[in-house]
Amino acid sequence: MRSALEDILLPVAAIVAALLLFGLFVMLSGLNPLDVWRLLFMGAFGDAYSWQNTLQRAAPLMLTALCVAIPARAGLVVIGGEGALVLGGLAAAVLAHALPPSVALSSPLAGSVLVCLAAAAAGGLWVMLAGWLRQYRGINETISSLLLAYVAIGLFKHFVEGPLRDPSSLNTPSTYELAEGLRIGVMGASDVHWGLAVGVVACLVAELWLRLTPSGFSVRVVGGNMRAAQLVGLPASRLVLLACLLGGAAAGVAGGIEIAAVHTKANAALIAGYGYAGILVAFMARHSPLAVIPVAILFGGFGAAGSLLQRRLGMPDASVLVLQGLAFVLILASEALRGGAWRTWLRSAHKVAV
Amino acid sequence: MNFDDTLIFLAGILGGALRIGVPFLFVSLGECLTEKSGRINLGLEGVLVFSAMAAFGASWLSGSVWVGVLAAALCGGLLALLHGLLCSLPRVNDVATGIALMLLGMGLAFYFGKPLIQPQAPQLPAIALGAWSSSSAVRSALQINALLPIGLLLACVMAWVFANTRVGLLVRLVGDSAQAARALGYPVAGVRIAATVVGGMIAGLGGASLTLFYPGSWNEGISSGQGLIAVALVIFARWSPLRCVGAALLFGAAGAMGPALQSIGIGWGYHLFNTLPYVLTLVILVLTCRPGAVIAGSPGELSAR
Repeated sequence: MRSALEDILLPVAAIVAALLLFGLFVMLSGLNPLDVWRLLFMGAFGDAYSWQNTLQRAAPLMLTALCVAIPARAGLVVIGGEGALVLGGLAAAVLAHALPPSVALSSPLAGSVLVCLAAAAAGGLWVMLAGWLRQYRGINETISSLLLAYVAIGLFKHFVEGPLRDPSSLNTPSTYELAEGLRIGVMGASDVHWGLAVGVVACLVAELWLRLTPSGFSVRVVGGNMRAAQLVGLPASRLVLLACLLGGAAAGVAGGIEIAAVHTKANAALIAGYGYAGILVAFMARHSPLAVIPVAILFGGFGAAGSLLQRRLGMPDASVLVLQGLAFVLILASEALRGGAWRTWLRSAHKVAV
Repeated sequence: MNFDDTLIFLAGILGGALRIGVPFLFVSLGECLTEKSGRINLGLEGVLVFSAMAAFGASWLSGSVWVGVLAAALCGGLLALLHGLLCSLPRVNDVATGIALMLLGMGLAFYFGKPLIQPQAPQLPAIALGAWSSSSAVRSALQINALLPIGLLLACVMAWVFANTRVGLLVRLVGDSAQAARALGYPVAGVRIAATVVGGMIAGLGGASLTLFYPGSWNEGISSGQGLIAVALVIFARWSPLRCVGAALLFGAAGAMGPALQSIGIGWGYHLFNTLPYVLTLVILVLTCRPGAVIAGSPGELSAR
């Protein structure tokens, strides 16, 4: 019970501390922190418009966070979600290119499902490669997944600026617009696209899978103790690959949805750092898919508020990155306070001082 | 491809290796020192970007390029200090902290770097290795960064310090067995923090060579994973500073492939050739790593986890 309380209190304290530090930081740049905090809140959750903007950004964050959280439950630190996202976007563009426009898709749903499947396959296989390199070649998955992300970005640029390029896109090389039937629309009367629903459902399904199914439980055993898992006969390597596949598929879908619902064509605007922000979201959620949902909304909100800070106070667009970085550092530091550890920590600090 | 093109291409690769290899060299030396003490600092990517910005800014504001170099080393050391301190807390994982510092370093660099995108800062002097050639393309390709000799010297000094001095031995001891170091009464955390900070300062010099030498400007895409490649590069160099030199030049050459091909008019696959360093890193990792096996030369505390 007490640890459940800590699970909530420590991240909240870390966020509050990050906001305080961020206020101090902007004060040093000569701004009023009260204005900044107010605008952060207004831009994120102030009115219906900012809520829509926030949720729009939260959708890919949920999915890229799953790309960190699910492999983390199998004991891996995968940080290459950006690569899976970019390849998911590329897969959507390739699909649009490969399907002749005359193939009018019977229903918009079929088109959306096709885009998501292609994107999931591309992203999933890409991250699974990192898992395979770890299990069968002994290569650190943190490094390899990030290297693969850079390779994926190179592939994306090659195709978007080469074979898939729409010759009429001059300043920002882009692919052709997606056919109407492949696009993903908005939910009801809102401006929020269906990607949000996909993100929430993916998080819920992932949580249930990890908690309730034998394979999900096995993945957690592998993450807890690889050797014990092997001793009781679990196919550890295959479970690791499965976790990577699912995580990568989630991030791939994020990319596909960004293309099909937001950009409607693939170009460099897709590479916006959702993959990296997803790492932070997953760590802050302590790799629990359920907790990813509120954390992604919070950081989607900070992202949405970034443009308001830029417009009203003339702050650089990287302000949000600074806030994210501070929050990340503090959430990790807060681990040291877990389980009343601060008492023993104080004692040892005292000992070192003496 | 005629003779001239071949010459320009080869000069482009060699010059590129010497130019692009310099940041790799410094970051890998910094990472080598950090890892020798038993910690991995993935945050050197953030250190690299942050110190690149600091170097450019300080050089622009002060008008002296060496002030910029100093600022880069200081900023790199500062960010690494944060890594060192955080990792000394109980239950704080060095890999996760590295990722956090990567994001924080980039955020800070982009924040403070906004006004630096336009201006021109004083640049490091160049050493003209291509003076013998009559071809201007070759001459310009072989302009060498003045920090390169410093990096080479540093690699030799580090190798000597690790092998022959008390300080070097202490760092290696802490990296190989924290228990043994503790038993002998040495402050493990203190040594690791110091090694991380000095490693960050060395990596900061890599940042300086990114912005204070050709092409010599600050932009947000200044580093794309060089800091992380350096982590893999240290594995490839089997934690030897001298082998880091060769590895850094190899990676520089791989990175120079795209621009060198473009300089002789081959534009196809520019982005694909630019992924060569990453692919090369992966290939090298595949060749050097074995599942369940410890690589020769690896600090004991790194493989213990």
